[in-house]
Amino acid sequence: MDTRTQEFVEYVQAGGQVESGDWMPDDYRSKLVKFIEMHGNSELMGVLPERDWILRAPTLQRKLALTAKIQDEVGHAQLIYRVVEDLGKPRSACLDDLVSGKAKFHNVFHYPTKTWGDVGVIAWLVDAAAIVSQKALLKCSYAPYARIMKKICWEESFHILHGRDVILAMVTGTQEQFELVQEALDRWWEPLMHFHGNPIPADEDPMYVWRIKSQGNEDARQQFLEGYVPQIRELGLEIPDPKLRRDDETSVWSYTEPDWDRLKAVVTGHGPASQERLAFRRLSREQVDWVSRIVLAEAA
Amino acid sequence: MTLVWEVFRQERKGQPFAHAGSVTAPDLSFAELYAREQYGRRQESEALWIVPREGVHAVADFPDEFDLKYRRVDGYSIKARLKEARERAGTAVES
Repeated sequence: MDTRTQEFVEYVQAGGQVESGDWMPDDYRSKLVKFIEMHGNSELMGVLPERDWILRAPTLQRKLALTAKIQDEVGHAQLIYRVVEDLGKPRSACLDDLVSGKAKFHNVFHYPTKTWGDVGVIAWLVDAAAIVSQKALLKCSYAPYARIMKKICWEESFHILHGRDVILAMVTGTQEQFELVQEALDRWWEPLMHFHGNPIPADEDPMYVWRIKSQGNEDARQQFLEGYVPQIRELGLEIPDPKLRRDDETSVWSYTEPDWDRLKAVVTGHGPASQERLAFRRLSREQVDWVSRIVLAEAA
Repeated sequence: MTLVWEVFRQERKGQPFAHAGSVTAPDLSFAELYAREQYGRRQESEALWIVPREGVHAVADFPDEFDLKYRRVDGYSIKARLKEARERAGTAVES
């Protein structure tokens, strides 16, 4: 590592922040693009599981709230792709790589949404897991990303509340509704445990070394468990992991080791809904292409 | 051609406009539409400024070769002199 890069690493590790016009090592720039692009992809792909439920939402109020949440997530994708563009990769290139399967998106968006219970679990717990990661990104060494994250976290907090409200309505409803939530939780638990990634030590994680992330994967998962397991259990719901328990002396949660090979397969396009979602994104990109062509032609 | 537009927002009346982020749009009318959606759809802004990125001239270096600290409050350390003046005048408060 050359002296200039060494100084850069020390600077970001001491909490220093970088602006888009500042000098940065090529490796830092490419790691930033990869990380932020995947975040943008996830926001964009993340609306598809919820989109399936707009027409099936149980009340008008729920339909409106779900639509608003979806608009927020697409808005986040736009904000995030802007950050990537200023780092040198155009949005169209990001979308090309997304639909061709070259770029990744988050594991939780590779699964189908079978019932309205899934919509509640996603809005409450998937968003809760996401906000644990996103809050840590408020301290990202790349300042334009950290700034945009402030707005995103602000909007996500409404999503969590909306999800919790959906869940509360169902657990206080009929036995059938309660079971719907339990069944959704059973299916979503493993993806939730996968969400923060394998427990690679923070110091070996390049994203942490560059201070793109400010915490290691396991720290994030522990924070999620600490915050949300009690909230799940107090509703009478059962978490499908007999080994899940908290050591009250160390405040550390132990759990059944998730299948990390499965996580790898899912995020490389082999999840139960991966190909269907990518096909839909490809199709909608083709279908709306004429709009952008006309808009750009009119403006020219 | 898609252009980059910088968006500044004022959160409450009387507050300064602060940079909020940017949008890409082919012209000002689309830029306004996107900025309204992105930064104003929850009544979180009092007003927006939308500026083409080329209109922003950035300056980031402020050299101080001549040590101009007499322009700033940290250029003045009056504690010792004030103490001396009070002692001379006989107004020093016993502590």
